[in-house]
Amino acid sequence: MNRIDAKFKELKKKHKKALITYICAGDPNLRTTGELVLELEKNGADIIELGVPFSDPIADGPTIQRAALRSLKNNTSLADILGLVRQLREKSQIPILLMTYFNPVYQFGLEKLAQAAVKSGVDGFIIPDLLPESGRAASRILKKHKLAPVYLVSPLTSGKRLALINKESAGFVYYVSVTGITGARTSLPQDIGRHAQSLRRYINQPVAVGFGVSNARQVKQLSAWFDGVIVGSAIVSIIEKNIGKKDLVAKVGRFVRSLMAKK
Amino acid sequence: MLPDRNGYFGPFGGKYVPETLMPALAELETIYCQVKNNAAFKKELAYYLAEYAGRPTPLYFARNLTSLYGGAKIYLKREDLAHTGAHKINNTIGQALLALRMGKKRIIAETGAGQHGVAVATVAALFKLQCEVYMGAEDIERQKLNVYRMQKLGTKVIPVTSGSQTLKDAMNEALRDWVTNVRSTHYMLGSCAGPHPFPLIVRDFQTVIGREAKKQILKAEKRLPDYLLACVNGGSNAIGLFYPFYNDKKVKFIGVEAAGAGVNKPHTAATMAKGTIGILHGSKSYLLQDKNGQVSPTHSIAAGLDYPGVGPEHSYYKYTGRAEYVNATDQEALVAFDLLARQEGILPALESSHALAYLKKIAPKLDKNKIIIVCLSGRGDKDMEQIMKREESL
Ligand SMILES: Cc1ncc(COP(=O)(O)O)c(C=O)c1O
Repeated sequence: MNRIDAKFKELKKKHKKALITYICAGDPNLRTTGELVLELEKNGADIIELGVPFSDPIADGPTIQRAALRSLKNNTSLADILGLVRQLREKSQIPILLMTYFNPVYQFGLEKLAQAAVKSGVDGFIIPDLLPESGRAASRILKKHKLAPVYLVSPLTSGKRLALINKESAGFVYYVSVTGITGARTSLPQDIGRHAQSLRRYINQPVAVGFGVSNARQVKQLSAWFDGVIVGSAIVSIIEKNIGKKDLVAKVGRFVRSLMAKK
Repeated sequence: MLPDRNGYFGPFGGKYVPETLMPALAELETIYCQVKNNAAFKKELAYYLAEYAGRPTPLYFARNLTSLYGGAKIYLKREDLAHTGAHKINNTIGQALLALRMGKKRIIAETGAGQHGVAVATVAALFKLQCEVYMGAEDIERQKLNVYRMQKLGTKVIPVTSGSQTLKDAMNEALRDWVTNVRSTHYMLGSCAGPHPFPLIVRDFQTVIGREAKKQILKAEKRLPDYLLACVNGGSNAIGLFYPFYNDKKVKFIGVEAAGAGVNKPHTAATMAKGTIGILHGSKSYLLQDKNGQVSPTHSIAAGLDYPGVGPEHSYYKYTGRAEYVNATDQEALVAFDLLARQEGILPALESSHALAYLKKIAPKLDKNKIIIVCLSGRGDKDMEQIMKREESL
């Protein structure tokens, strides 16, 4: 079984929800990214999303845009990130998804990427500018290699499309909490619980919620409705504030632990 | 009929956007299909194009330029004489009528040269829509006059300081705004690029250029032209001129891109010459990028051509050989600018100057009975300050 499916199954048995953490690979450098992944796991993360930087990240707010830029300044490539995951697999079996845009994937070549991803120990892909209709060929190739294509759902997605997204996705479905881009927010939409419920009519796999989640209170609140909660920009901004400091990794670990405080 | 149902022109085009935008794209497509052949809509559009934008624009026989080159007859399609000074108004009037029908009260746009921004700000004032335009900080500096025009028209110009601070980055920011405010906002995309249905809608609204030119040349010369020449960024003025001649296989299409300092210099904007197939801003098309799929920085003296992509229909025309794509450098465009000013008493936009620059390579070689139509996509007033500064610094 894919590591993602196994993780959700295990958590379900324990009546627990997944904490999914995003960091941008290569920010501030790949070696630190490797240490961060292990630290995130140690402090309670259940699943890791590794951002693969792209020059024009249209679904990202300023925090993740800056992280991608820092990473690109180091010339971090998709191939480098696959190499990092391969090294990490000697120490950790935490599920890892790569989150990027379609162009770097397309340039790498889908079949070639799927093979390399399996070899490295990557479990799935999140591509926010790839719609299930445009991604049919990509989903087929990923699934053939037991990799999870995770598609996104927005608060505006219709029932008919939810069914399609459920069909094309594997691992979990990514619910975008707001109409908007990534970035920490202090408040989330009022009607999010109602949305979560109506999703279940069409989606028969785990649903994780992300975009804007930044603190323990939100994690706890959202855990009541979703199978997983994704925290990105809030972690990335702690990395940003501590670049060059010796305790960067520990600080990120402490923050992630604090997210769990109320979970 | 292209594009197909999913918005593809052969292998190019499609929709590569965040899920959040899907309902808005679907709504836009639905509304457009509903009104496209609707008599009332067509009448309203024709009314504004004629009475407000001043169409039809003349097809002017450039006698002096023709005798200077000593070859083919050169005609200029005078989009510079349309209201606001460029072809961009054809598209913004059309899209404003769609926005009104969708009940959207706010419009946003990206702009490079500021000509699209001005055309958007203009229809926003006319139709009482709230309007914000994203513009790269570098473009704000080099197209100051247009920034001030937009502001006077009541539009807020938002400087974009990310990336190369030019059109590409303005488009990123406009897309981010749209994802956030999609319920209330229509994104008035300025070229035949972006996700489906924009390449289709923008093309259709710009074909007024080619439909008029066809009638005008048939009247003046009793025959079709041999060449159509236009500058290409996203390619909306070019597709507008070309498309109505698509089935006239003897009419050759030439698109001229910006080479910047030269196609072999590190920063160019000649997407067709140097690009490979990739995905940016919602569609699959030729793209200037590195081997990892990171989009390359570009340079052109013409802010409206300074972009690493190109509309998917042009990629299809290149791929099938229906059109040929060439390029002109900054320097060649400046020479063509001066030449048109002195020969014909017309100051062209720096973008249009790229199309004019290619004349010297083909016009002299052609017989005197051949006909070339050049799309003079805009006027050069906006560029005077930039040219003045450049000449002072030499
Ligand atoms: C006068 C003029 N011509 C041409 C262009 C390029 O756009 P397109 O390739 O869509 O015609 C611009 C864009 O700003 C412009 O202002």
